[in-house]
Amino acid sequence: MTLELRIALTHLTSRKRQTVMSLLGIALGVAFFMAVSSLMRGSERDFIKRLIDSAPHITISDEVRSPPQPPVVSFYPGGAVALRGLKPRTETRGIRGYKQKLAWIAAQRGVRVAPVLSGQAILTFAGKEQGITLNGIVPQLMQGVSDIDEKIVAGSLDAVASNPNGIIIGRGLARKLYLDMGDNVTVSSPIGQVRSMKIVGLFETGTTAIDEGHGYVLLKRAQALFGRMDRANRLVIQLDDPYAAPQLAAAIEARIGYRSESWQEASQNLMSVLLIRNIIMYSVVSAILVVASFGIFNVISTVVMEKQRDVAILKSIGFHARDVQRIFLAEGVLIGAVGSMLGVGLGYGLIAILGVVKIQPPGMTDAINLPVYWGLDQLALAALFAVGSATIAAYLPARKAGRVYPVDILRGGMA
Amino acid sequence: MSEVLRAEAVTRVLPGPLPVTLVRDATLSIGRGEFVCIQGPSGSGKSSLLYLLGLLDVPTSGKIWLDAVDTSGFGEDELAQVRLEKLGFVFQFHFLLAEFTALENVMLPMTRLGRLPAAEQRARAKMLLADLGMGEHLDKRPDQLSGGQRQRVAIARAMANEPLVILADEPTGNLDTTSSANVKQIMSEMVHGRNKTIIAVTHDPEFARAGDRIIRIVDGRIVSDG
Ligand SMILES: Nc1ncnc2c1ncn2[C@@H]1O[C@H](COP(=O)(O)OP(=O)(O)O)[C@@H](O)[C@H]1O
Ligand SMILES: [Mg+2]
Repeated sequence: MTLELRIALTHLTSRKRQTVMSLLGIALGVAFFMAVSSLMRGSERDFIKRLIDSAPHITISDEVRSPPQPPVVSFYPGGAVALRGLKPRTETRGIRGYKQKLAWIAAQRGVRVAPVLSGQAILTFAGKEQGITLNGIVPQLMQGVSDIDEKIVAGSLDAVASNPNGIIIGRGLARKLYLDMGDNVTVSSPIGQVRSMKIVGLFETGTTAIDEGHGYVLLKRAQALFGRMDRANRLVIQLDDPYAAPQLAAAIEARIGYRSESWQEASQNLMSVLLIRNIIMYSVVSAILVVASFGIFNVISTVVMEKQRDVAILKSIGFHARDVQRIFLAEGVLIGAVGSMLGVGLGYGLIAILGVVKIQPPGMTDAINLPVYWGLDQLALAALFAVGSATIAAYLPARKAGRVYPVDILRGGMA
Repeated sequence: MSEVLRAEAVTRVLPGPLPVTLVRDATLSIGRGEFVCIQGPSGSGKSSLLYLLGLLDVPTSGKIWLDAVDTSGFGEDELAQVRLEKLGFVFQFHFLLAEFTALENVMLPMTRLGRLPAAEQRARAKMLLADLGMGEHLDKRPDQLSGGQRQRVAIARAMANEPLVILADEPTGNLDTTSSANVKQIMSEMVHGRNKTIIAVTHDPEFARAGDRIIRIVDGRIVSDG
């Protein structure tokens, strides 16, 4: 052990209580930092994972971002063109020629795509009526782009493929209408099509709105019900690399003209909420560490006051100002480092406790564990921040100690 | 006799609204192997002169040569390095580090200088303490030692880096008669037996008698030398 470090240790042990208090301050700061960071990161990851797993990475809808320019405007760019009585072209909703577009997208690397035609329909059973969103799908393709297979609790998605009159509904809806597997329900569409369909599957996502408000049928059947043959109003894409979504979405949109939205764009508001949440929480937990480092400033200032005589001795022997400064700086680093180690232990304990806490989020049917993140990066960040602020807190008193003029102390004389 | 320390027209004024002149126009030369005592009434500036000669304080005007090197214009770090390599101090109040043992206190200057391997530092510190009759007390901390013993540890520490000059400020001022006589004998032996140079402030006439030369100082001014 170096001489400076040994002297630093004797200084700290000469002020045991204050040293322990500032150690605790740093330890608690680091522990809170880690616990909060673990919750923040955990919930953020959990959230994004849910988003990536269940929501499409890219959704192509039957809209265009900006209405097409009338030819006269694009012919005279920048010209003073005024148009009156302009009527938008009437279009039937849905993506035109979706099959070619689907084929082109499916040919891209690492991409799975499925067409969906959704619309409102009414389910009637035993005199009860319930409006739902009816999704027409191609089961084999849908399995590639969503985790719906995992949510099926009775029957299967393939049953829809083998039985064109099959329908899959949420368990919540089934409960509401006293429906069960194999029951027949009447499905009516807004254009007056009415059909009797058989329940061939039940799903449960845990999200009430979906479990009570969605149903799945074969795409062909939906097209017939809604009177939109050969149309889909959504192309749903899942990627091997979810983070490539924005670039690919832009490429697709440039190619096919329809609005292509990446999951990042779709959840932009949520993303910025997450960011703001992170900024606030990290500011608060960092503030704890900053406050804790005031404790360090306190001990080291006290030690510097008390050990002026020692400083005078060392300097008269021939220690340089920076040797003396290093001694007191080492005291700050020691408290920061030891406090961080204690804090890391405490922090992992806190995270472990938080990890077994169960919560019941609103809109979910099952209680879940608090999502905690065990990453080492937050540990490093907390320890780095703690040692950093401890060093800064020690710097001022250490510099003061380095400037002690030994003769001033020697003139004072007395022991 | 070769000169080790020379002061020329050294004046030290404490600045302030009422400036205090601690040392006034001091000129002196000290040769190798001399045992010089500085005497004078209390408050006459003996300690102040010693701090200047020991390069702990810097003159307001005048120059000090140590080992033929002009130290005026030296920065704080250069002065510290010269003190480390060439000077040793003994003060009236022992000024040992309270948390370190006698042996560790003596090793301190050697460790800082870093010229000897740790084992040799330890061996040399033991030898220095044993020579001063402290061989039994190597691992005691200052509060376990008597005043005379502490002062012997301080002397051993001052000797640690083989200094050119040892400066002592009333080394017996706080000791009983027996311990005083012992310290006086040790210092005398260092000069006459080992050819060390010692400058000691004292107002103990018994101690002063051991010196080869007495510099008298009154009101910061040297009034007699010889
Ligand atoms: N910091 C100071 N401020 C004002 N006067 C001081 C200070 N230090 C010492 N003095 C004065 O300087 C003079 C010389 O002091 P000093 O060198 O300690 O004398 P001695 O060692 O001979 O007793 C004394 O009169 C003392 O009162
Ligand atoms: Mg004095």
